[in-house]
Amino acid sequence: MLTAICLIAVPFVLPHIDAAPNTVNRILVWGLFGIGFDILFGYTGLLSFGQSAFYGTGGFVAAYLLTQAGFPYVILALIIGMVTAAFVGYLIGLLALRSTGIYFAMITVAIAEIFFFVEFNPLAAWTGGENGLPGVPTPTIYLGFTTIHFTGGWSLYPFLAFIYFIGIVLALRIVRSPVGAILTAIRENPLRAAAVGHNVQGYKLTAFVIAAAYAGIAGGLLGVMQAFMPPDAFMFDTSGQLVMQTAIGGRATLFGPLVGAGVWLFLQDFLQSTLGLGATWKLVLGVVFVLLVAFLRDGIIGGIRDLYGFVWSRFSSPAKTSEAVAENPAATNHEAIPMRPHHIVPTDFAGPILQVTGLTKHYGGVLANTDIDFSVNQGELRGIIGPNGAGKSTFFKMLTCEVQPSSGKIMFEGRDITGLGVTDVCQLGLTKSYQVNQLFNSLTVRQNLIISALAELRGKFRLDMLSSLSKVPGMDEHVEHTLELVNLTGRADTPVSELAYGEKRRLEVGLALASSPSLLLLDEPLAGMSPQERVETVKLLKSISRGRTMIIIDHDMDALFELAERITVLQEGRVLVEGTPDEIKGNAKVQEAYLGGVPEESKL
Amino acid sequence: MLNWTNFLSQLFNGLVLGALLALISSGLTIIYGTLGVLNLAHGAMFMLGGYAGYVAFQATGSFLVAVIAATLFMLVFGVLLERLIIRYFYDRPDEDQLLVTFGLSICIVETIRYFFSSMTKMVPPPSIFSGITSFGGVMFPTYRLALIGIVAVGLLALYLILYRTRLGLIVRAGIEDAVMVDSLGINVYRVFMVVFGIGAMAAGFAGIVNAPVVSLTPGMGETILVQTFVVVVIGGVGSFPGAVLGGLIAGEIISITSMINPAYSYIMLFAAMTLVLVLRPRGLFGKKGRE
Repeated sequence: MLTAICLIAVPFVLPHIDAAPNTVNRILVWGLFGIGFDILFGYTGLLSFGQSAFYGTGGFVAAYLLTQAGFPYVILALIIGMVTAAFVGYLIGLLALRSTGIYFAMITVAIAEIFFFVEFNPLAAWTGGENGLPGVPTPTIYLGFTTIHFTGGWSLYPFLAFIYFIGIVLALRIVRSPVGAILTAIRENPLRAAAVGHNVQGYKLTAFVIAAAYAGIAGGLLGVMQAFMPPDAFMFDTSGQLVMQTAIGGRATLFGPLVGAGVWLFLQDFLQSTLGLGATWKLVLGVVFVLLVAFLRDGIIGGIRDLYGFVWSRFSSPAKTSEAVAENPAATNHEAIPMRPHHIVPTDFAGPILQVTGLTKHYGGVLANTDIDFSVNQGELRGIIGPNGAGKSTFFKMLTCEVQPSSGKIMFEGRDITGLGVTDVCQLGLTKSYQVNQLFNSLTVRQNLIISALAELRGKFRLDMLSSLSKVPGMDEHVEHTLELVNLTGRADTPVSELAYGEKRRLEVGLALASSPSLLLLDEPLAGMSPQERVETVKLLKSISRGRTMIIIDHDMDALFELAERITVLQEGRVLVEGTPDEIKGNAKVQEAYLGGVPEESKL
Repeated sequence: MLNWTNFLSQLFNGLVLGALLALISSGLTIIYGTLGVLNLAHGAMFMLGGYAGYVAFQATGSFLVAVIAATLFMLVFGVLLERLIIRYFYDRPDEDQLLVTFGLSICIVETIRYFFSSMTKMVPPPSIFSGITSFGGVMFPTYRLALIGIVAVGLLALYLILYRTRLGLIVRAGIEDAVMVDSLGINVYRVFMVVFGIGAMAAGFAGIVNAPVVSLTPGMGETILVQTFVVVVIGGVGSFPGAVLGGLIAGEIISITSMINPAYSYIMLFAAMTLVLVLRPRGLFGKKGRE
């Protein structure tokens, strides 16, 4: 709404401060281009230096239709350009997203460069080669009673502003939708996003296609605005400028690119004409950019936001801290109701929930697990112990399909899950809490649990990009319930980075719990905790074990002997012995292998 | 239809380009492998080496002095850059490292443009290598023949540093696991500084020895940077042999396709990269190490 008012106000305000209409229009086109890029880079964390490829594609398809092919409908041509760019984005995304991080950046650079060459040479007959395509017409809208011609300068502004407005509204909906939340999760921790059951690859590709579509329509508008489609739309510099504008304005803000483009183009005018710096303006801009990246990571908008937050907290902080202290002790003692596992086991299936036969894993010559046979019954609470290096974590990684076994078979609820991915296995109802916390660090506790709950409630991939996050049925109660279960209700809106270690640990368990697993694996849930935290966590584990099957790895024997019904001892990658806690305590082999030589205390 | 003389000469040109790419890519790949920073300013450093040599050549008139001066200058430049800027980005996310090196590349390019304008600059080949040599009926510019030897010496020097010195051992260990090397009591940060310097030096050396073949422009680094990326993707990030092999492959692809139709040279290069990505996502010599 505010956006609409601002966009309408612009033509009345800016002429008074000597702004050229063409500059304003260019800012809008860059801003629109940047919205898609911000979803890809700011929200999903994928830094692409190849956006010029889609900008050029959309622009040239639209311009070609309107000039060479004699296609009369400007708006339709723009849409065709956008769809083409999105489709090309899909194909390129399939390839570029095979790799991550640094590889992704390098590949996008290469892609942009290749598109530039293709436009220049093999396709020169269609694109005009280095001459570009002149004579792109401006749109005309027939409203029945009157016809509006958008020509150039200020008269084109309403048209561009309207499209920008639609673009920003759609983008705001996207980032506030379940898909938007998942994209942020992928930026924060792609590994965990996949482990709680989201099809990370699919969502990344979605973001890539969205960015390509925005680039495509912006490219088309560039041609319309200039009445000429310039070949340099395809140049690497275009991608570079987009990246810089977004970083200057502020990433993950959607409006950042617009602000960045404004700063960029006004600075360019100012430095070039007013200060008479000529071509040197780019040097100044480069220096400004380096300083911004170094000192103001979230750009101008981020800086303003931090400043605002700082001032605001100055005024309100004393009252707030005392409140938080008073609130805390209330949440310590309570009995949580066990959450029902969402996945109902097929009624005709009555065997063990997990059955593993002959599981073996070797890394080169190192045997991590050898020929493990293992089975857990419905509702059981199983403990696994073993000295360091016994292969416990590798065993868990194979069960959750993070690591493929060298040989052997894993049956979960009567289904063969060997060779599936971690995402699919989580969707089936088997998940794990990690030995080393894998959280979404810049999100709050509640947002963390929402990410996990979304996978449970929506499945591994769904494109509900335009519906609100709060409208996912059953989500609030699901998240509240999980918060209660791991005793973090009082800390729900605290960012993860401010949590104490024990709280992070409970959230780690909560992330796994929020996907309502029927079989929950816990990899050293007690590791690194203070004695008091241990006592609380053991209580927590007891309460969540009701109505659920769990397997726990830990070095804290006392806790495990208290919790578990049966215990499996691993040693050097093999099952040494299995039995009730009392049998294990009295077993000579265990004492020799595990407790014997080294005093128990030094292990912990 | 296929002209053998032409083919041989393109094959040879591919070797020249390939060797050059191998040298530049090695610098990029060892910097990334050790420091974990993808240096987007690497192309600008290549260009800067050329200009540094140009200045030295203008002052002394000796090509040899120009090469030595440019190489040493880039070593110092790289070390300073690491000290003053890059080291503050080791703990920041990948994106920030990319953004800052990208910004630095713009600063370098625009500074050069400010002092030297966008006009092309020439460094003539040294007189002993001027002229043309006939080689089995095929004519080659002598300097290009010499260039293969010069670049090979550069690569050999890099190889000796990496595989035959204590420093190289530490660098290679650092590529495998920098944290482990640090905890062994070796000052990783000092090694990082030297590695960045060596990487910059390799790019700068390539820049000056290549100057007699192509004329210098401030924007010349960009094309090289893109080709270097393709080389590194093909060869595998962090792998010295991968960079050498990838460089030669890329050089030959560009040259031989150029003979048939220059317009398709990049498309073929891209196709090769795609093929490698599909078959071996981590490149020919890529290891599973660093993410």
